[in-house]
Amino acid sequence: MLQWRLKAFAHWLKLEEPKWPNVTYPPINYQDIIYYAAPKKKEQLNSLDEVDPELLLTFDKLGISLNEQKRLTGVAVDVVMDSVSIATSFKEQLSEIGVIFCSISEAIQKHPELVKKYLGSVVPMTDNYFSALNSAVFTDGSFCYIPKGVRCPMELSTYFRINAENSGQFERTLIIAEEESYVSYLEGCTAPMRDENQLHAAVVELVAMRKAEIKYSTVQNWYPGDKEGKGGIYNFVTKRGICAGDHAKISWTQVETGSAVTWKYPSVILKGDYSIGEFYSVAFTNNYQQADTGTKMIHLGKNTRSRIVAKGISAGKSQNSYRGLVRAGKGALNARNFSQCDSLLLGDQCGAHTFPYIEVKNKTAIIEHEATTSKIGEDQLFYCKQRGIDAETAVAMIVNGFAKEVMNQLPMEFAIEAQKLLAISMEGSVG
Amino acid sequence: MLSIKNIHANIDGKQILKGINLEIKAGEVHAIMGPNGSGKSTLSSVLAGREEYEVTEGEVKFLGKDLLSLPAEDRAREGLFLAFQYPVEIPGVSTTNFIKAAVNEKRKYLGQDPLDAVSFLKMMKEKMAMVEINQSLLSRSINEGFSGGEKKRNEVFQMAMLEPKLAILDETDSGLDIDALRIVANGINKLRSSDRAILLITHYQRLLDYIQPDFVHVLYKGKIVKSGTKELALELEERGYDFITEAADMANL
Amino acid sequence: MNATYFKDQFQQLQTENDTVHLAALRAGSFGTFDQKGFPTTKLEEWKYTNISSLFDKEYQISPFTDNPASLAAAIEEIQLPEHTNANVLYFVNGRYEPSLSIIRSTIEELQVMPLLQAASAGFQEIIDQHLGESSVYLKDGIHALNTSFITDAVFIHVAAGKELSHPVYIYHLADAQHQAILTQPRSLVYVSKRAKIQIAETFRTVGTMDSFSNAVMEVVVAQDAFLEYYKLQNDAAHTSQVSSTHIHQTGKSHVHTVTISLNGGLLRNNLNMILDAEGNETHLYGLSLLKGKTHVDNHTLIDNKHPNCFSNQLYKNIADDAATGVFSGRIIVQPDAQKTNAYQSNKNIILSDQATINAKPQLEIFADDVKCSHGCTVGQLDEEALFYLRARGISRELAEVLLLQAFATDIVEQVKIEPLRQHIDTLIQQHLSIQ
Repeated sequence: MLQWRLKAFAHWLKLEEPKWPNVTYPPINYQDIIYYAAPKKKEQLNSLDEVDPELLLTFDKLGISLNEQKRLTGVAVDVVMDSVSIATSFKEQLSEIGVIFCSISEAIQKHPELVKKYLGSVVPMTDNYFSALNSAVFTDGSFCYIPKGVRCPMELSTYFRINAENSGQFERTLIIAEEESYVSYLEGCTAPMRDENQLHAAVVELVAMRKAEIKYSTVQNWYPGDKEGKGGIYNFVTKRGICAGDHAKISWTQVETGSAVTWKYPSVILKGDYSIGEFYSVAFTNNYQQADTGTKMIHLGKNTRSRIVAKGISAGKSQNSYRGLVRAGKGALNARNFSQCDSLLLGDQCGAHTFPYIEVKNKTAIIEHEATTSKIGEDQLFYCKQRGIDAETAVAMIVNGFAKEVMNQLPMEFAIEAQKLLAISMEGSVG
Repeated sequence: MLSIKNIHANIDGKQILKGINLEIKAGEVHAIMGPNGSGKSTLSSVLAGREEYEVTEGEVKFLGKDLLSLPAEDRAREGLFLAFQYPVEIPGVSTTNFIKAAVNEKRKYLGQDPLDAVSFLKMMKEKMAMVEINQSLLSRSINEGFSGGEKKRNEVFQMAMLEPKLAILDETDSGLDIDALRIVANGINKLRSSDRAILLITHYQRLLDYIQPDFVHVLYKGKIVKSGTKELALELEERGYDFITEAADMANL
Repeated sequence: MNATYFKDQFQQLQTENDTVHLAALRAGSFGTFDQKGFPTTKLEEWKYTNISSLFDKEYQISPFTDNPASLAAAIEEIQLPEHTNANVLYFVNGRYEPSLSIIRSTIEELQVMPLLQAASAGFQEIIDQHLGESSVYLKDGIHALNTSFITDAVFIHVAAGKELSHPVYIYHLADAQHQAILTQPRSLVYVSKRAKIQIAETFRTVGTMDSFSNAVMEVVVAQDAFLEYYKLQNDAAHTSQVSSTHIHQTGKSHVHTVTISLNGGLLRNNLNMILDAEGNETHLYGLSLLKGKTHVDNHTLIDNKHPNCFSNQLYKNIADDAATGVFSGRIIVQPDAQKTNAYQSNKNIILSDQATINAKPQLEIFADDVKCSHGCTVGQLDEEALFYLRARGISRELAEVLLLQAFATDIVEQVKIEPLRQHIDTLIQQHLSIQ
């Protein structure tokens, strides 16, 4: 493992930071980042009851009470704080059916053969600047293994939190779904307000075997910085899944409301014949936030299908970009893709941008891309007002309607949280 | 003229036709009726030569030739015409040019010289009057922006122009109001003749009020389960398909 | 090609007639070229088109032809229909040739002259203001190379209120009989207030050696003026081009362009529309029917700087054999450009497994009260339509040709010079039926 890290570090030193995303941020001093900040109370933590009450409060505020969820909805939760996994619930129940759900550090100890086989198999350490950095320094993260034929009976969930000041979070997530298995995985993030910028450079790898399905949902609410754009998380994340077998399916759903700068392209490599990739995204930016997000659908197998629905909402002085690649290789016979990218502008100081890349190398592929840009119409607002609805509520309704197609993809309790987040993020954006 | 023997056909591995037998002679009008999903449109597609359908068993002779071995265009040139249930819109190709190409490709196939512009226009005029279609429709792109009635009228006009031996009219009545239906039916009736056969495929009896068939067949689950004369259609109108399908289901138990 | 060759050539340029502005422009541009060299695929704007490899070989830069008589046949062949009713301008090896050119409009309507003469003929202000302004948008080495070597460029001026009844045909001849050549035509067109001009441009190479044309045209369209611009690319497979057209609408005006690409080696078209006044309207159409190894890259940029502008783009590609079609369309809506309407559509058909389509439709929007959309499709001929035609007795081959022609029709119809439209229609029919 150490050798693997050193190799990654050596490679990282050779790379340059990417300049192509449509975002600007001051240079990051990678020496100043604390790469590992274990929560002080770690050793005493034996059960969830002992988790920092402030942390639990944060979850409560968002309607994601660990206790509640544990009791009522039966979601297995792994909490990763400053890159250290501090608690994983429901482990025993899951292990009975063969599902392994634990921190990746535990997995390295207990399941070295799986980690060795799959870690870095989808996102090689040399993939990009931030993934190389992550490979060198990652501290913890979640690990899931769903054995053949098992339909994971509950949603698996990880909650990430950056707590320490000036720290970076470099977690690593690896999910393996064996043949004919199914898992739905939820990822939530939060960080308290700090004036300094914090760096989040995670890597998520998904492997779906024949007829397996992985549904990966994210609600990202890292601290976006204040109204003047001070502080906030730099969210530079590499997420990628491979449909390694025939009829495999990977579906990414993300609701991005946080972070000062987001740079993230959850992707699917459609290697197996008849495999399916999906990407559903809502990205909301306000104040000085910048988001450059999208996906890559790499069609390699025959009869592969992908669908992209990206909804960008910009407010304040923010910049919101969709960047996506759809590639149908020579062997990807009958590949199909449909992409829909819509932007909604709230206010005249923000920007909404679309950068799709379409590359087709065979005569049986059909690719369709559509993008539109709009603002909330005066007539729509007036109609709401005439029915007694104030502007703020009307805008929230319209925005939620705009994002609905994506929200519908989220598991129920997550969707409610995401809607609340959208509402909170939008506060003050209606002039 | 057309002899269908024990036809079985699949699409995407799913068997739709399970042994159809049908004999049609020149001058006859046959109607194939049946509930939705019984295989009516599959039959017309197989006869016209849609490649997605795979014929697994049986044979079809058309004017003595093995129909199934011919590509779609040669079937058309041999005199088989399919009026589409959903005529395709083709932007950018004018209807007139299209029909001219079709007429002349057929003539070429039959070893005839292409029609010169004057004779072609003369023929157009005649047939336009016959099926009551407007010149303005023909100068537009094929079916583009046509109403449902206009599309079906255009199908009948093409039938008139191509003078087929066998015309298969696939749900030609669907989506038409009563006036449009009458005009379309009138056009078809004018095209009835002793050397031409017509195969009507329809869900409802109402088309048969206007075009009287000599024979009526009921298609159900990929087989013809009952044949009769036009009285059978009236009986269906009165009693619904159930009395036949139930009997067929019983027989299959 | 090595940098020393260009340096030597640059130093040998006859520059005694240069204005102060031109001297500075040249020097700055050569600095840019020297620093950046030829663009590589590492540059975002050149991601899908590799021209740097074309410069592995040696070209002579804009040489004078050694045998003008040998071009006579080509001069006949290149003629566009009804040229006897047109103003005809010739470039030979990238140099404007007044002696061959025929101006049929009156001098009150249209003035065409070598650029260096124009400065002293009262147009210095226009030239100083607009010559080289495309460099603000086209910042790569290949563009700078053209500007560094502005020699024998042409200046075209349409007087205020004059609507030209004769179109302007611009012919580019390249003499590649004895050596591989790099030609760098340059033109500056000024369409004054309320004037109207139709321009059609085409290219032909004589000889079997490679030719590379690095052409730049800058056009200024003033208040209430109207420009139609047509480009027809149908040259041999061993000829390549970077053809940049930079159109600056300085007042409320109307522009209509059509780019037709049939044959050639590697063709890159940059088309910049700078909508620099309220109420501008612009229409961009492009059609590429590609066979063999032809590579066509249409790059459009629409910079909406002011409110109430309208733009519409429709680009279509058909790629057969081992051909590549690229479309990159960029729409920028600046913060002031409220009420912009910008539409873009790119439709592609791939006919062969060796063919490639790359598309990059981009929207960059900084204003909220806008209507912008783009759509892009890559696919094949509609099987349902093919079947419909075949069910009427039309052979598959003919059905395909008919559908391809229909696909092309939307674009060809946009050519408003009737004889030119018919000519292009015929070329397309021939081009499709050889298959």
